[in-house]
Amino acid sequence: MTSLATLHDRLVRSAADEGLLDVAYRTVDSPFGPLLLARTPVGLVRLAFAVQGHDAALQELAEAVSPRVLEAPGALDDVARELDEYFAGRRHAFDVPVDLRLARGFRRAVVEHLSQIGYGHTASYTQVAALTGSPRAVRAVGTACALNPVPVVVPCHRVVRSDGSPGRYAGGDEAKRALLALEARA
Amino acid sequence: MHEPFERVVARHGATVLRVCRSVLRGPDAEDAWSETFLAALRAYPDLPPDANVEAWLVTIARRKAVDVVRRAARSAVPVDELPERVAVDGARDLDLWDAVAALPPKQRHAVAYHHLAGLPYDEIATLLGGTPAAARRAAADGVATLRRTYPTKEEP
Repeated sequence: MTSLATLHDRLVRSAADEGLLDVAYRTVDSPFGPLLLARTPVGLVRLAFAVQGHDAALQELAEAVSPRVLEAPGALDDVARELDEYFAGRRHAFDVPVDLRLARGFRRAVVEHLSQIGYGHTASYTQVAALTGSPRAVRAVGTACALNPVPVVVPCHRVVRSDGSPGRYAGGDEAKRALLALEARA
Repeated sequence: MHEPFERVVARHGATVLRVCRSVLRGPDAEDAWSETFLAALRAYPDLPPDANVEAWLVTIARRKAVDVVRRAARSAVPVDELPERVAVDGARDLDLWDAVAALPPKQRHAVAYHHLAGLPYDEIATLLGGTPAAARRAAADGVATLRRTYPTKEEP
């Protein structure tokens, strides 16, 4: 008899064929524990560390994007592969498309500017504020980075304090230090 | 506030499969399951947030099962002779499906929804029409019939 897992796979395929797979997600292992990856037809819409709560992240996607959320690992194979390469130090830039719809207004503007900070480089919160044309909005830049919906792929970990210390990180301060160390080795 | 559809599949997938298998066999039951969840996924964003998701899914499953039966009936080729029934050990479950499938429709659905899908009688009444008491009676009559028709094997 066909198992529920097989029926689930079949449902995911039909949903994709019918254009009903609004949010596909999977979890992958990483040096920082399991990561939740979610994508829309536009691109990667969410990356969440375990400390951020994967269930909460999925609920947020259901409310903010669409409740048509299904676990569909195959839909995120390319993202998983690029992350593997990045964590192994073999990839310095991500090619997968991102969907920044979870970041709105000023947060969106900040997140869009983060990709300008290259691999192995850092910028201070003050510099990013200047970059977005709002030099006084330093605290708001910090908030925007903390709420970045696709950390790692959009490199908010490269934004540090003016004294050069790493500062806070949604995935945990230790993860930020490790990411900066990984990129410094290259 | 809708939860991710994945949770709906995880929570109710097995129940819907039991409902489909109570009225259909093998691949037909699985087709009905797939069609049920695809239709549910399509309509899910418009489902009222306070709706009873399980009763909603069972309603769709019942409709999809009827569709599958109708399609099968249209494509069925009449045969001159029925194939001989092969009775082997382990075939008791198939006998049970036969016995359930042979019940009058109302009894069959009441038995399937209550004893296989685990729905309470007031929800079954909503699905079948009539009162909860009538649904309870139909299920009880169905079980009484099954006690007579379902071949039980005496343990040696």
